[in-house]
Amino acid sequence: MPDTPDTRPAPQSKTELFYAFSILALQGFGGVLAVVQRELVDKRKWLTAEEFVEDWAVAQILPGPNVVNLSLMLGDRYFGWRGALTGVAGMLCFPTIVVLLLAALFAGVADVPEVQSALRGMGAVAAGLIAAAGLRLVGALRSNAMGILTCWALVVATFVAVALMRLPLAWLLLAIGLPACLWAYHCLGRIATANTSKERL
Amino acid sequence: MNALPAVQWLDLFLHFAALSLLAIGGAITTAPDMQRYLVVEHGWIDNEQFTSSIALSQAAPGPNILFVALLGWNIGLSAAGVPPGTAATTWQAYALALGGVAVTMTGIMLPSTTLTFMAARWGHRNRELRAVRAFKQGMAPIVIALLAATGWILAANHKGDEHHLGLWAVSLVTCALVWKTRLHMLWMLGAGAIAGWMGWI
Repeated sequence: MPDTPDTRPAPQSKTELFYAFSILALQGFGGVLAVVQRELVDKRKWLTAEEFVEDWAVAQILPGPNVVNLSLMLGDRYFGWRGALTGVAGMLCFPTIVVLLLAALFAGVADVPEVQSALRGMGAVAAGLIAAAGLRLVGALRSNAMGILTCWALVVATFVAVALMRLPLAWLLLAIGLPACLWAYHCLGRIATANTSKERL
Repeated sequence: MNALPAVQWLDLFLHFAALSLLAIGGAITTAPDMQRYLVVEHGWIDNEQFTSSIALSQAAPGPNILFVALLGWNIGLSAAGVPPGTAATTWQAYALALGGVAVTMTGIMLPSTTLTFMAARWGHRNRELRAVRAFKQGMAPIVIALLAATGWILAANHKGDEHHLGLWAVSLVTCALVWKTRLHMLWMLGAGAIAGWMGWI
């Protein structure tokens, strides 16, 4: 992945970075996940689609909110730790003010039955939004080294353990996460060996 | 409810800090544990406040993590003796609410962002390493299933509600729309709010 700093668009200053992430975050109703790719790859072209997938996987898999992780990683790459702080601040500053204002204004009308019903309706939509975010990422499993069948088995096992059996997350990571990573390690090794023997022939 | 003593604020901070490191796939995946800790175990907020915090953060722009800010806000209001669902009237109540936001948000953010900062630097330098790739590939199906499971748990929250079949249908339709179309999420949240307000679901 050659870096071409002369030709590639990048934030020119930490101020630009801050406002870029603020604008991105303020567009993200029901989560920023849907906006982040459109804004960073398609519009600003700070990342290619391939780089985005790679960074997104890391941001997604490390603990913490994935969009905040991504803004931290990108900020760090452009301006070091000060950039990382700027990225996180940009992602959280204005949205926090907005959501707290909403909470303060909303509190007075919360006991109106219509408002409660409206919130219940929005809650049902929100549940669907989050589940769909998972479904939309399923495509990323196609290139997985473990093979699509193993991946689906892991998806089903995780879903049953968490949604139906309510297994605590720590146990899930130990019982399913760790074996999955070890198996992926094994599979990657097999692929590497296969590739080397192909090259020898 | 009486004001929370300092030791309970510390307990709250430490609990969220521990969850922070388990929040793989976003803080929303730890929502079931937060519900158990805040509502069932300590009774600092009620179930209504918990679900409406998630719904409101989904309705507002910005990262989903802001539901944690709203939880902190509600815990602070409870500590100030403000009854659930009513507006704060004193400066002291607002100060405690903001204090709650600071405690929960710092708790949920600080450990994960510190870890992400260091791990992402290391991971980016060693992205061709077999162990790094195995971690990414092994965790991918689990992260995806966790999102779907979280959606399921939120949708199943309405059990016992007379309209629960309608709410399930809304969640399912939303999920299908997000999965298969490019419709903006705001439209769906608005439709859910209207359907709730009108008493259709």
